Amino acid sequence: MDGVLNWITHNQPMIYIVILMIFVGIEVIGHVPSVLHTPLMSGANAIHGVVIIGAIIVMGKAESDNYLALVLGFLAVILGTLNVVGGFVVTDRMLEMFKKKKKN
Amino acid sequence: MMEFNILTLCYLVGSITFILGLKMLSNPATARKGNLIAAGGMTIAIIGTIFLYKDGTGAKLHNYVWIFGGIFIGGVIGTLAAKKVKMTAMPEMVSMFNGMGGACAALISIVEFKHLGMEVVPGTGNAYMPEGSESTLLIILLGLIIGSVSFAGSMIAWGKLNGKVKDFSFKGQHIFNIGLLLGILALAVYLFTSITASNAFLIYVLFAMALMYGVFFVFPIGGADMPVVISLLNSFTGVAAACGGFLYDNKVMLTGGILVGAAGTLLTILMCKAMNRSLSNVLIGSFGASAKGGASAGMHGSYKEISLSDTAVLMSYAHKVFIVPGYGLAVAQAQHVCHELEKILESKGVELKYAIHPVAGRMPGHMNVLLAEADVPYEKLLEMEHANDEFGSTDVVLVLGANDVVNPAAKSDPASPIYGMPILDVELAKHVIVNKRSMKPGYAGIENQLFFQPKTSMLFGDAKKVLQDLVAEIKNL
Repeated sequence: MDGVLNWITHNQPMIYIVILMIFVGIEVIGHVPSVLHTPLMSGANAIHGVVIIGAIIVMGKAESDNYLALVLGFLAVILGTLNVVGGFVVTDRMLEMFKKKKKN
Repeated sequence: MMEFNILTLCYLVGSITFILGLKMLSNPATARKGNLIAAGGMTIAIIGTIFLYKDGTGAKLHNYVWIFGGIFIGGVIGTLAAKKVKMTAMPEMVSMFNGMGGACAALISIVEFKHLGMEVVPGTGNAYMPEGSESTLLIILLGLIIGSVSFAGSMIAWGKLNGKVKDFSFKGQHIFNIGLLLGILALAVYLFTSITASNAFLIYVLFAMALMYGVFFVFPIGGADMPVVISLLNSFTGVAAACGGFLYDNKVMLTGGILVGAAGTLLTILMCKAMNRSLSNVLIGSFGASAKGGASAGMHGSYKEISLSDTAVLMSYAHKVFIVPGYGLAVAQAQHVCHELEKILESKGVELKYAIHPVAGRMPGHMNVLLAEADVPYEKLLEMEHANDEFGSTDVVLVLGANDVVNPAAKSDPASPIYGMPILDVELAKHVIVNKRSMKPGYAGIENQLFFQPKTSMLFGDAKKVLQDLVAEIKNL
Protein backbone atom coordinates (compact mmCIF):
# COMPACT_ATOMS: atom_id res chain seq x y z
CA MET A 1 0.00 0.00 0.00
CA ASP A 2 2.82 2.33 0.93
CA GLY A 3 4.51 1.52 -2.35
CA VAL A 4 1.42 2.43 -4.33
CA LEU A 5 0.99 5.73 -2.52
CA ASN A 6 4.65 6.53 -2.98
CA TRP A 7 4.40 5.74 -6.63
CA ILE A 8 1.38 8.00 -7.06
CA THR A 9 3.09 10.84 -5.24
CA HIS A 10 6.25 10.34 -7.20
CA ASN A 11 4.50 10.27 -10.55
CA GLN A 12 1.87 12.85 -9.77
CA PRO A 13 2.41 15.09 -12.81
CA MET A 14 2.38 12.07 -15.13
CA ILE A 15 -0.86 10.79 -13.66
CA TYR A 16 -2.45 14.19 -14.09
CA ILE A 17 -1.38 14.17 -17.73
CA VAL A 18 -2.91 10.73 -18.25
CA ILE A 19 -6.25 11.76 -16.80
CA LEU A 20 -6.42 15.07 -18.64
CA MET A 21 -5.33 13.54 -21.93
CA ILE A 22 -8.06 10.92 -21.73
CA PHE A 23 -10.63 13.70 -21.61
CA VAL A 24 -8.87 15.79 -24.25
CA GLY A 25 -8.65 12.80 -26.58
CA ILE A 26 -12.35 12.09 -26.26
CA GLU A 27 -13.37 15.73 -26.48
CA VAL A 28 -11.22 16.57 -29.46
CA ILE A 29 -12.64 13.97 -31.84
CA GLY A 30 -16.15 13.85 -30.41
CA HIS A 31 -17.81 15.52 -33.38
CA VAL A 32 -15.91 13.95 -36.24
CA PRO A 33 -18.07 13.28 -39.32
CA SER A 34 -18.00 9.67 -40.46
CA VAL A 35 -16.36 10.74 -43.72
CA LEU A 36 -13.23 11.49 -41.76
CA HIS A 37 -13.11 8.30 -39.69
CA THR A 38 -10.47 6.66 -41.86
CA PRO A 39 -8.09 9.65 -42.12
CA LEU A 40 -8.54 10.34 -38.42
CA MET A 41 -7.67 6.77 -37.52
CA SER A 42 -4.67 6.99 -39.78
CA GLY A 43 -3.58 10.32 -38.30
CA ALA A 44 -3.92 9.01 -34.76
CA ASN A 45 -1.93 6.00 -35.87
CA ALA A 46 0.90 8.29 -36.95
CA ILE A 47 0.78 10.19 -33.66
CA HIS A 48 1.32 7.12 -31.52
CA GLY A 49 4.45 6.65 -33.58
CA VAL A 50 5.88 8.99 -30.93
CA VAL A 51 7.04 5.71 -29.40
CA ILE A 52 10.03 6.21 -31.73
CA ILE A 53 11.44 8.56 -29.12
CA GLY A 54 11.75 5.63 -26.74
CA ALA A 55 13.46 3.64 -29.48
CA ILE A 56 15.94 6.46 -30.10
CA ILE A 57 16.75 6.64 -26.40
CA VAL A 58 17.26 2.87 -26.23
CA MET A 59 19.49 2.97 -29.28
CA GLY A 60 21.44 6.02 -28.13
CA LYS A 61 22.12 4.57 -24.70
CA ALA A 62 23.18 1.12 -25.84
CA GLU A 63 26.80 0.30 -25.01
CA SER A 64 28.83 -0.83 -27.96
CA ASP A 65 29.26 -4.36 -26.57
CA ASN A 66 25.58 -4.84 -25.77
CA TYR A 67 24.55 -6.50 -28.99
CA LEU A 68 21.04 -7.32 -27.89
CA ALA A 69 20.29 -3.67 -27.14
CA LEU A 70 22.00 -2.55 -30.34
CA VAL A 71 20.12 -4.95 -32.58
CA LEU A 72 16.73 -4.62 -30.91
CA GLY A 73 17.16 -0.87 -30.57
CA PHE A 74 18.06 -0.54 -34.22
CA LEU A 75 15.06 -2.62 -35.20
CA ALA A 76 12.84 -0.53 -32.93
CA VAL A 77 14.08 2.69 -34.54
CA ILE A 78 13.28 1.32 -38.01
CA LEU A 79 9.83 0.12 -36.97
CA GLY A 80 9.04 3.34 -35.13
CA THR A 81 10.09 5.45 -38.11
CA LEU A 82 7.92 3.29 -40.37
CA ASN A 83 5.01 4.02 -38.08
CA VAL A 84 5.62 7.77 -38.01
CA VAL A 85 6.62 8.44 -41.60
CA GLY A 86 4.28 5.93 -43.20
CA GLY A 87 1.42 7.07 -40.98
CA PHE A 88 1.71 10.75 -41.79
CA VAL A 89 2.31 10.20 -45.50
CA VAL A 90 -0.67 7.87 -45.88
CA THR A 91 -2.89 10.30 -44.00
CA ASP A 92 -1.72 13.16 -46.18
CA ARG A 93 -2.45 11.16 -49.30
CA MET A 94 -5.97 10.45 -48.14
CA LEU A 95 -6.62 14.05 -47.25
CA GLU A 96 -5.05 15.39 -50.42
CA MET A 97 -7.98 13.92 -52.28
CA PHE A 98 -10.50 15.66 -50.14
CA LYS A 99 -8.78 18.92 -50.99
CA LYS A 100 -8.69 18.33 -54.71
CA LYS A 101 -12.32 17.47 -54.76
CA LYS A 102 -13.30 20.70 -53.08
CA LYS A 103 -11.53 22.90 -55.59
CA ASN A 104 -13.33 21.31 -58.51
CA MET B 1 20.92 22.78 -18.44
CA MET B 2 20.09 25.10 -21.30
CA GLU B 3 19.93 22.13 -23.66
CA PHE B 4 17.62 20.30 -21.35
CA ASN B 5 15.31 23.31 -21.26
CA ILE B 6 15.21 23.45 -25.03
CA LEU B 7 14.36 19.76 -25.12
CA THR B 8 11.51 20.36 -22.69
CA LEU B 9 10.27 23.08 -25.01
CA CYS B 10 10.52 20.70 -27.99
CA TYR B 11 8.38 18.18 -26.13
CA LEU B 12 5.89 20.85 -25.14
CA VAL B 13 5.56 21.96 -28.75
CA GLY B 14 5.21 18.31 -29.79
CA SER B 15 2.42 17.68 -27.29
CA ILE B 16 0.50 20.78 -28.32
CA THR B 17 0.75 19.95 -32.02
CA PHE B 18 -0.59 16.45 -31.34
CA ILE B 19 -3.69 17.82 -29.64
CA LEU B 20 -4.14 20.54 -32.22
CA GLY B 21 -3.50 18.13 -35.09
CA LEU B 22 -6.05 15.65 -33.83
CA LYS B 23 -8.57 18.43 -33.34
CA MET B 24 -8.04 19.72 -36.88
CA LEU B 25 -8.14 16.21 -38.29
CA SER B 26 -11.74 15.88 -37.21
CA ASN B 27 -12.87 18.74 -39.41
CA PRO B 28 -12.85 18.37 -43.21
CA ALA B 29 -11.71 21.94 -43.82
CA THR B 30 -8.62 21.75 -41.61
CA ALA B 31 -7.80 18.04 -41.69
CA ARG B 32 -4.82 18.17 -44.00
CA LYS B 33 -3.22 21.06 -42.21
CA GLY B 34 -3.79 19.27 -38.91
CA ASN B 35 -1.93 16.24 -40.15
CA LEU B 36 1.00 18.38 -41.27
CA ILE B 37 1.09 20.26 -37.97
CA ALA B 38 1.24 17.01 -36.01
CA ALA B 39 3.96 15.75 -38.35
CA GLY B 40 5.93 18.95 -37.77
CA GLY B 41 5.62 18.60 -34.01
CA MET B 42 6.74 14.99 -34.24
CA THR B 43 9.82 16.02 -36.23
CA ILE B 44 10.73 18.64 -33.64
CA ALA B 45 10.35 16.12 -30.82
CA ILE B 46 12.46 13.51 -32.64
CA ILE B 47 15.28 15.87 -33.57
CA GLY B 48 15.27 17.34 -30.08
CA THR B 49 15.58 13.86 -28.59
CA ILE B 50 18.45 12.88 -30.84
CA PHE B 51 20.61 15.91 -30.12
CA LEU B 52 19.54 17.15 -26.70
CA TYR B 53 18.50 14.13 -24.67
CA LYS B 54 20.50 13.35 -21.55
CA ASP B 55 19.85 10.45 -19.24
CA GLY B 56 19.84 10.58 -15.45
CA THR B 57 23.63 10.68 -15.24
CA GLY B 58 23.88 13.54 -17.73
CA ALA B 59 25.29 11.39 -20.51
CA LYS B 60 24.24 12.26 -24.03
CA LEU B 61 23.08 9.74 -26.57
CA HIS B 62 25.60 8.10 -28.85
CA ASN B 63 25.40 5.52 -31.68
CA TYR B 64 24.32 8.28 -34.06
CA VAL B 65 25.19 6.14 -37.06
CA TRP B 66 22.76 3.48 -35.92
CA ILE B 67 20.05 6.01 -35.09
CA PHE B 68 20.25 7.83 -38.41
CA GLY B 69 20.67 4.56 -40.25
CA GLY B 70 17.46 3.22 -38.70
CA ILE B 71 15.56 6.43 -39.34
CA PHE B 72 16.79 6.49 -42.93
CA ILE B 73 15.79 2.88 -43.63
CA GLY B 74 12.42 3.25 -41.90
CA GLY B 75 11.80 6.60 -43.55
CA VAL B 76 12.52 5.39 -47.06
CA ILE B 77 10.51 2.19 -46.73
CA GLY B 78 7.66 4.01 -45.00
CA THR B 79 7.46 6.76 -47.59
CA LEU B 80 7.63 4.37 -50.51
CA ALA B 81 5.05 2.03 -49.03
CA ALA B 82 2.71 4.88 -48.19
CA LYS B 83 3.10 6.54 -51.59
CA LYS B 84 2.73 3.39 -53.61
CA VAL B 85 -0.17 1.76 -51.82
CA LYS B 86 -3.39 1.73 -53.78
CA MET B 87 -6.30 3.62 -52.31
CA THR B 88 -8.14 0.33 -51.93
CA ALA B 89 -5.39 -1.05 -49.75
CA MET B 90 -5.34 1.92 -47.35
CA PRO B 91 -6.95 0.08 -44.43
CA GLU B 92 -4.40 -2.71 -44.40
CA MET B 93 -1.58 -0.19 -44.73
CA VAL B 94 -2.80 1.60 -41.61
CA SER B 95 -2.98 -1.75 -39.85
CA MET B 96 0.57 -2.55 -40.91
CA PHE B 97 1.98 0.76 -39.66
CA ASN B 98 0.08 0.32 -36.43
CA GLY B 99 1.66 -3.08 -35.97
CA MET B 100 5.11 -1.55 -36.46
CA GLY B 101 4.42 0.90 -33.63
CA GLY B 102 3.29 -1.95 -31.38
CA ALA B 103 6.40 -3.97 -32.18
CA CYS B 104 8.56 -0.93 -31.47
CA ALA B 105 6.99 -0.59 -28.01
CA ALA B 106 7.47 -4.29 -27.30
CA LEU B 107 11.15 -4.17 -28.30
CA ILE B 108 11.76 -1.15 -26.09
CA SER B 109 10.29 -3.10 -23.19
CA ILE B 110 12.57 -6.08 -23.81
CA VAL B 111 15.71 -3.97 -23.96
CA GLU B 112 14.74 -2.04 -20.85
CA PHE B 113 13.99 -5.29 -19.07
CA LYS B 114 17.51 -6.43 -19.86
CA HIS B 115 18.84 -3.10 -18.60
CA LEU B 116 17.04 -3.55 -15.35
CA GLY B 117 18.82 -6.87 -14.94
CA MET B 118 22.20 -5.27 -15.48
CA GLU B 119 21.75 -2.63 -12.86
CA VAL B 120 21.59 -5.10 -10.02
CA VAL B 121 24.00 -4.37 -7.23
CA PRO B 122 26.56 -7.19 -6.94
CA GLY B 123 26.21 -9.28 -3.84
CA THR B 124 22.43 -9.09 -3.58
CA GLY B 125 22.09 -12.81 -4.16
CA ASN B 126 19.63 -13.97 -6.76
CA ALA B 127 17.90 -10.61 -7.12
CA TYR B 128 17.15 -9.61 -10.69
CA MET B 129 16.85 -5.89 -10.33
CA PRO B 130 17.79 -3.12 -7.94
CA GLU B 131 15.40 -2.49 -5.13
CA GLY B 132 12.73 0.12 -5.66
CA SER B 133 12.37 -0.43 -9.40
CA GLU B 134 9.11 -2.37 -9.12
CA SER B 135 7.09 0.35 -10.85
CA THR B 136 9.56 0.36 -13.74
CA LEU B 137 9.14 -3.39 -14.04
CA LEU B 138 5.38 -3.04 -14.04
CA ILE B 139 5.48 -0.48 -16.84
CA ILE B 140 7.87 -2.66 -18.82
CA LEU B 141 5.60 -5.68 -18.50
CA LEU B 142 2.55 -3.63 -19.49
CA GLY B 143 4.30 -2.12 -22.50
CA LEU B 144 5.50 -5.54 -23.60
CA ILE B 145 2.09 -7.20 -23.36
CA ILE B 146 0.10 -4.41 -24.99
CA GLY B 147 2.69 -3.75 -27.69
CA SER B 148 2.95 -7.43 -28.61
CA VAL B 149 -0.79 -7.98 -28.74
CA SER B 150 -1.13 -4.89 -30.91
CA PHE B 151 1.66 -6.02 -33.23
CA ALA B 152 0.46 -9.59 -33.71
CA GLY B 153 -3.19 -8.53 -33.97
CA SER B 154 -2.41 -5.85 -36.54
CA MET B 155 -0.48 -8.29 -38.66
CA ILE B 156 -3.40 -10.72 -38.69
CA ALA B 157 -5.79 -7.86 -39.48
CA TRP B 158 -3.47 -6.84 -42.30
CA GLY B 159 -3.41 -10.39 -43.63
CA LYS B 160 -7.18 -10.67 -43.42
CA LEU B 161 -7.80 -7.45 -45.27
CA ASN B 162 -5.59 -8.37 -48.18
CA GLY B 163 -6.93 -11.88 -48.25
CA LYS B 164 -3.79 -13.69 -47.12
CA VAL B 165 -5.33 -14.87 -43.87
CA LYS B 166 -8.72 -16.53 -43.79
CA ASP B 167 -11.16 -16.36 -40.92
CA PHE B 168 -10.26 -19.09 -38.55
CA SER B 169 -11.96 -20.27 -35.44
CA PHE B 170 -12.30 -23.50 -33.56
CA LYS B 171 -14.65 -24.80 -30.99
CA GLY B 172 -14.07 -23.29 -27.59
CA GLN B 173 -11.84 -20.59 -28.97
CA HIS B 174 -13.30 -17.97 -26.68
CA ILE B 175 -12.52 -20.09 -23.68
CA PHE B 176 -9.04 -20.70 -25.06
CA ASN B 177 -8.58 -16.94 -25.54
CA ILE B 178 -9.77 -16.11 -22.07
CA GLY B 179 -7.52 -18.83 -20.68
CA LEU B 180 -4.57 -17.44 -22.60
CA LEU B 181 -5.28 -13.94 -21.36
CA LEU B 182 -5.53 -15.15 -17.79
CA GLY B 183 -2.28 -17.05 -18.28
CA ILE B 184 -0.59 -13.88 -19.50
CA LEU B 185 -1.85 -11.94 -16.52
CA ALA B 186 -0.83 -14.67 -14.09
CA LEU B 187 2.66 -14.86 -15.55
CA ALA B 188 2.97 -11.08 -15.46
CA VAL B 189 1.91 -10.99 -11.83
CA TYR B 190 4.34 -13.80 -11.04
CA LEU B 191 7.20 -11.97 -12.73
CA PHE B 192 6.25 -8.75 -11.00
CA THR B 193 6.14 -10.22 -7.53
CA SER B 194 8.87 -12.83 -7.54
CA ILE B 195 11.37 -12.17 -10.25
CA THR B 196 14.86 -13.51 -9.70
CA ALA B 197 17.91 -13.78 -11.90
CA SER B 198 17.10 -17.41 -12.59
CA ASN B 199 13.52 -16.99 -13.78
CA ALA B 200 14.04 -13.78 -15.72
CA PHE B 201 13.93 -15.72 -19.01
CA LEU B 202 10.18 -16.04 -18.45
CA ILE B 203 9.88 -12.58 -19.99
CA TYR B 204 10.34 -14.25 -23.38
CA VAL B 205 7.58 -16.70 -22.56
CA LEU B 206 5.40 -13.73 -21.72
CA PHE B 207 6.37 -12.11 -25.01
CA ALA B 208 5.47 -15.26 -26.95
CA MET B 209 2.16 -15.66 -25.12
CA ALA B 210 1.21 -12.03 -25.79
CA LEU B 211 1.99 -12.48 -29.49
CA MET B 212 -0.12 -15.62 -29.51
CA TYR B 213 -2.95 -13.83 -27.83
CA GLY B 214 -2.84 -11.08 -30.46
CA VAL B 215 -3.13 -13.70 -33.18
CA PHE B 216 -5.99 -15.62 -31.61
CA PHE B 217 -7.74 -12.43 -30.55
CA VAL B 218 -8.13 -11.27 -34.15
CA PHE B 219 -8.42 -14.67 -35.87
CA PRO B 220 -12.11 -15.36 -35.19
CA ILE B 221 -13.31 -11.81 -35.87
CA GLY B 222 -14.99 -11.50 -39.24
CA GLY B 223 -13.23 -9.58 -41.98
CA ALA B 224 -16.05 -7.05 -42.11
CA ASP B 225 -15.23 -6.02 -38.57
CA MET B 226 -11.54 -5.43 -39.23
CA PRO B 227 -11.86 -1.61 -39.22
CA VAL B 228 -13.18 -1.75 -35.69
CA VAL B 229 -10.38 -4.09 -34.67
CA ILE B 230 -7.72 -1.91 -36.29
CA SER B 231 -9.09 1.14 -34.53
CA LEU B 232 -9.02 -0.75 -31.24
CA LEU B 233 -5.47 -1.99 -31.79
CA ASN B 234 -4.56 1.56 -32.74
CA SER B 235 -5.61 2.72 -29.29
CA PHE B 236 -3.70 -0.23 -27.76
CA THR B 237 -0.52 0.94 -29.43
CA GLY B 238 -1.24 4.40 -28.06
CA VAL B 239 -1.30 2.99 -24.54
CA ALA B 240 1.88 1.02 -25.22
CA ALA B 241 3.57 4.25 -26.33
CA ALA B 242 2.35 5.92 -23.15
CA CYS B 243 4.07 3.16 -21.16
CA GLY B 244 7.27 4.34 -22.79
CA GLY B 245 6.41 7.81 -21.54
CA PHE B 246 6.32 6.54 -17.96
CA LEU B 247 9.51 4.59 -18.49
CA TYR B 248 11.54 7.58 -19.61
CA ASP B 249 9.57 10.20 -17.73
CA ASN B 250 8.87 11.59 -21.18
CA LYS B 251 5.85 13.89 -21.41
CA VAL B 252 5.48 13.94 -25.17
CA MET B 253 5.32 10.15 -25.40
CA LEU B 254 2.81 10.13 -22.61
CA THR B 255 0.66 12.85 -24.14
CA GLY B 256 0.72 11.39 -27.63
CA GLY B 257 0.14 7.86 -26.42
CA ILE B 258 -2.75 8.55 -24.07
CA LEU B 259 -4.32 10.98 -26.54
CA VAL B 260 -4.41 8.28 -29.20
CA GLY B 261 -5.45 5.68 -26.66
CA ALA B 262 -8.49 7.74 -25.66
CA ALA B 263 -9.38 9.06 -29.11
CA GLY B 264 -8.88 5.61 -30.63
CA THR B 265 -11.20 4.03 -28.09
CA LEU B 266 -13.90 6.61 -28.79
CA LEU B 267 -13.43 6.18 -32.53
CA THR B 268 -13.81 2.43 -32.10
CA ILE B 269 -17.07 2.95 -30.27
CA LEU B 270 -18.29 5.41 -32.92
CA MET B 271 -17.55 2.82 -35.60
CA CYS B 272 -19.46 0.16 -33.72
CA LYS B 273 -22.36 2.57 -33.38
CA ALA B 274 -22.40 3.09 -37.13
CA MET B 275 -23.05 -0.64 -37.42
CA ASN B 276 -25.48 -0.56 -34.53
CA ARG B 277 -23.48 -3.12 -32.60
CA SER B 278 -21.68 -3.10 -29.33
CA LEU B 279 -17.94 -3.46 -29.04
CA SER B 280 -18.21 -6.67 -27.05
CA ASN B 281 -20.44 -8.09 -29.76
CA VAL B 282 -17.73 -7.39 -32.32
CA LEU B 283 -14.92 -8.73 -30.17
CA ILE B 284 -16.54 -11.90 -28.99
CA GLY B 285 -17.05 -12.53 -32.65
CA SER B 286 -20.55 -13.91 -32.39
CA PHE B 287 -20.85 -12.60 -35.92
CA GLY B 288 -19.02 -15.55 -37.42
CA ALA B 289 -20.80 -18.09 -35.28
CA SER B 290 -24.37 -16.98 -35.69
CA ALA B 291 -23.86 -16.09 -39.33
CA LYS B 292 -23.81 -19.75 -40.18
CA GLY B 293 -27.23 -20.24 -38.61
CA GLY B 294 -28.54 -17.23 -40.46
CA ALA B 295 -27.22 -18.44 -43.76
CA SER B 296 -28.74 -21.88 -43.56
CA ALA B 297 -32.06 -20.38 -42.60
CA GLY B 298 -31.73 -18.03 -45.55
CA MET B 299 -33.58 -18.70 -48.71
CA HIS B 300 -32.32 -19.75 -52.07
CA GLY B 301 -35.07 -18.33 -54.21
CA SER B 302 -34.76 -17.47 -57.85
CA TYR B 303 -33.16 -14.33 -59.08
CA LYS B 304 -33.20 -12.76 -62.47
CA GLU B 305 -30.30 -11.53 -64.51
CA ILE B 306 -30.26 -8.41 -66.64
CA SER B 307 -28.21 -7.87 -69.78
CA LEU B 308 -25.82 -5.00 -70.25
CA SER B 309 -27.85 -3.40 -72.99
CA ASP B 310 -31.02 -3.50 -70.91
CA THR B 311 -29.13 -1.90 -68.05
CA ALA B 312 -27.81 0.79 -70.38
CA VAL B 313 -31.30 1.61 -71.64
CA LEU B 314 -32.82 1.56 -68.18
CA MET B 315 -30.20 3.93 -66.81
CA SER B 316 -30.04 6.37 -69.70
CA TYR B 317 -33.78 6.93 -69.69
CA ALA B 318 -34.11 7.28 -65.96
CA HIS B 319 -34.57 10.63 -64.26
CA LYS B 320 -32.72 9.83 -61.13
CA VAL B 321 -30.11 7.18 -60.53
CA PHE B 322 -28.29 6.25 -57.34
CA ILE B 323 -25.06 4.32 -57.18
CA VAL B 324 -24.38 2.35 -54.03
CA PRO B 325 -20.66 1.59 -53.92
CA GLY B 326 -19.20 -1.18 -51.80
CA TYR B 327 -16.03 -3.15 -51.36
CA GLY B 328 -16.48 -4.79 -54.78
CA LEU B 329 -15.91 -1.39 -56.36
CA ALA B 330 -12.73 -0.97 -54.35
CA VAL B 331 -11.39 -4.41 -55.22
CA ALA B 332 -12.03 -3.90 -58.92
CA GLN B 333 -10.45 -0.41 -58.82
CA ALA B 334 -13.55 0.75 -60.63
CA GLN B 335 -13.83 4.24 -59.15
CA HIS B 336 -12.58 6.01 -62.29
CA VAL B 337 -14.90 4.15 -64.63
CA CYS B 338 -17.65 4.85 -62.16
CA HIS B 339 -16.98 8.56 -62.51
CA GLU B 340 -17.03 8.16 -66.29
CA LEU B 341 -20.43 6.51 -66.10
CA GLU B 342 -21.60 9.37 -63.93
CA LYS B 343 -20.45 11.96 -66.48
CA ILE B 344 -21.97 10.22 -69.48
CA LEU B 345 -25.29 9.73 -67.72
CA GLU B 346 -25.36 13.36 -66.66
CA SER B 347 -24.69 14.45 -70.22
CA LYS B 348 -27.91 12.63 -71.04
CA GLY B 349 -29.78 14.56 -68.40
CA VAL B 350 -29.88 11.88 -65.74
CA GLU B 351 -29.53 13.01 -62.16
CA LEU B 352 -26.94 10.79 -60.54
CA LYS B 353 -25.86 10.57 -56.93
CA TYR B 354 -23.96 8.19 -54.70
CA ALA B 355 -25.40 6.73 -51.54
CA ILE B 356 -22.66 6.12 -49.00
CA HIS B 357 -23.30 3.77 -46.12
CA PRO B 358 -21.18 4.68 -43.10
CA VAL B 359 -19.47 1.29 -43.09
CA ALA B 360 -19.41 0.61 -46.84
CA GLY B 361 -16.09 -0.87 -47.87
CA ARG B 362 -13.64 -2.04 -45.29
CA MET B 363 -13.42 1.15 -43.27
CA PRO B 364 -15.71 4.03 -42.47
CA GLY B 365 -15.08 6.72 -45.05
CA HIS B 366 -13.41 4.20 -47.36
CA MET B 367 -15.81 4.94 -50.23
CA ASN B 368 -15.45 8.70 -49.82
CA VAL B 369 -11.70 8.44 -50.11
CA LEU B 370 -11.95 6.16 -53.10
CA LEU B 371 -14.47 8.22 -55.04
CA ALA B 372 -12.60 11.39 -54.19
CA GLU B 373 -9.60 9.85 -55.89
CA ALA B 374 -11.65 9.63 -59.07
CA ASP B 375 -12.68 13.31 -58.77
CA VAL B 376 -16.30 12.63 -57.93
CA PRO B 377 -17.60 15.93 -56.54
CA TYR B 378 -18.28 16.12 -52.81
CA GLU B 379 -21.94 17.14 -53.15
CA LYS B 380 -22.79 13.97 -55.02
CA LEU B 381 -21.95 11.74 -52.10
CA LEU B 382 -25.00 11.43 -49.89
CA GLU B 383 -24.84 10.02 -46.41
CA MET B 384 -27.21 7.25 -45.51
CA GLU B 385 -30.03 9.29 -43.95
CA HIS B 386 -30.24 11.71 -46.88
CA ALA B 387 -30.01 8.92 -49.43
CA ASN B 388 -32.80 7.00 -47.73
CA ASP B 389 -35.05 10.05 -48.03
CA GLU B 390 -34.48 10.11 -51.76
CA PHE B 391 -34.71 6.46 -52.76
CA GLY B 392 -38.50 6.70 -53.00
CA SER B 393 -38.22 9.08 -55.95
CA THR B 394 -35.38 7.17 -57.61
CA ASP B 395 -35.76 5.22 -60.82
CA VAL B 396 -32.70 3.03 -60.76
CA VAL B 397 -30.31 2.07 -58.01
CA LEU B 398 -27.07 0.47 -59.14
CA VAL B 399 -25.46 -1.50 -56.33
CA LEU B 400 -21.77 -1.88 -57.12
CA GLY B 401 -20.17 -4.60 -55.08
CA ALA B 402 -22.04 -3.72 -51.89
CA ASN B 403 -23.97 -6.39 -50.08
CA ASP B 404 -24.53 -6.33 -46.35
CA VAL B 405 -25.25 -2.60 -46.29
CA VAL B 406 -28.30 -3.11 -48.49
CA ASN B 407 -29.51 -6.34 -46.88
CA PRO B 408 -33.13 -5.92 -45.77
CA ALA B 409 -32.62 -8.71 -43.24
CA ALA B 410 -31.07 -6.06 -41.03
CA LYS B 411 -34.56 -4.65 -40.60
CA SER B 412 -36.84 -7.65 -40.96
CA ASP B 413 -35.06 -10.70 -39.60
CA PRO B 414 -34.30 -10.63 -35.88
CA ALA B 415 -32.34 -13.87 -36.28
CA SER B 416 -29.93 -12.27 -38.70
CA PRO B 417 -26.52 -11.40 -37.31
CA ILE B 418 -26.74 -7.94 -38.82
CA TYR B 419 -30.23 -7.34 -37.41
CA GLY B 420 -30.51 -3.76 -36.22
CA MET B 421 -27.79 -2.34 -38.44
CA PRO B 422 -29.11 0.70 -40.31
CA ILE B 423 -29.12 0.00 -44.04
CA LEU B 424 -29.68 1.80 -47.31
CA ASP B 425 -33.32 1.26 -48.26
CA VAL B 426 -32.64 0.66 -51.92
CA GLU B 427 -35.79 -1.40 -52.27
CA LEU B 428 -37.80 1.84 -52.20
CA ALA B 429 -36.54 2.64 -55.69
CA LYS B 430 -38.32 1.46 -58.82
CA HIS B 431 -35.51 -0.75 -60.05
CA VAL B 432 -32.52 -2.19 -58.32
CA ILE B 433 -29.60 -3.51 -60.34
CA VAL B 434 -27.01 -5.38 -58.38
CA ASN B 435 -23.54 -5.87 -59.74
CA LYS B 436 -21.64 -8.70 -58.08
CA ARG B 437 -19.11 -11.21 -59.21
CA SER B 438 -21.28 -14.15 -58.22
CA MET B 439 -24.17 -15.09 -55.95
CA LYS B 440 -21.76 -15.74 -53.11
CA PRO B 441 -22.81 -14.08 -49.86
CA GLY B 442 -21.02 -10.93 -48.73
CA TYR B 443 -18.38 -10.48 -46.12
CA ALA B 444 -20.69 -11.14 -43.23
CA GLY B 445 -21.43 -14.51 -44.81
CA ILE B 446 -25.19 -14.10 -44.97
CA GLU B 447 -27.68 -14.39 -47.79
CA ASN B 448 -29.25 -11.20 -49.06
CA GLN B 449 -32.99 -11.35 -49.65
CA LEU B 450 -32.74 -8.23 -51.75
CA PHE B 451 -31.30 -10.25 -54.61
CA PHE B 452 -34.39 -12.43 -54.79
CA GLN B 453 -36.93 -9.63 -54.88
CA PRO B 454 -38.91 -9.03 -58.08
CA LYS B 455 -37.60 -5.47 -58.39
CA THR B 456 -34.02 -6.63 -58.33
CA SER B 457 -31.97 -7.71 -61.31
CA MET B 458 -28.49 -9.12 -61.14
CA LEU B 459 -25.66 -7.96 -63.37
CA PHE B 460 -22.79 -10.38 -62.84
CA GLY B 461 -19.15 -9.59 -63.44
CA ASP B 462 -16.17 -7.66 -62.20
CA ALA B 463 -17.28 -4.12 -61.37
CA LYS B 464 -14.68 -2.44 -63.56
CA LYS B 465 -15.29 -4.61 -66.60
CA VAL B 466 -19.04 -4.28 -66.28
CA LEU B 467 -18.88 -0.50 -65.91
CA GLN B 468 -16.55 -0.15 -68.90
CA ASP B 469 -18.92 -2.18 -71.05
CA LEU B 470 -21.84 -0.24 -69.68
CA VAL B 471 -20.26 3.09 -70.58
CA ALA B 472 -19.54 1.82 -74.10
CA GLU B 473 -23.08 0.54 -74.40
CA ILE B 474 -24.58 3.86 -73.31
CA LYS B 475 -22.37 5.73 -75.78
CA ASN B 476 -23.74 3.56 -78.58
CA LEU B 477 -27.36 4.18 -77.72
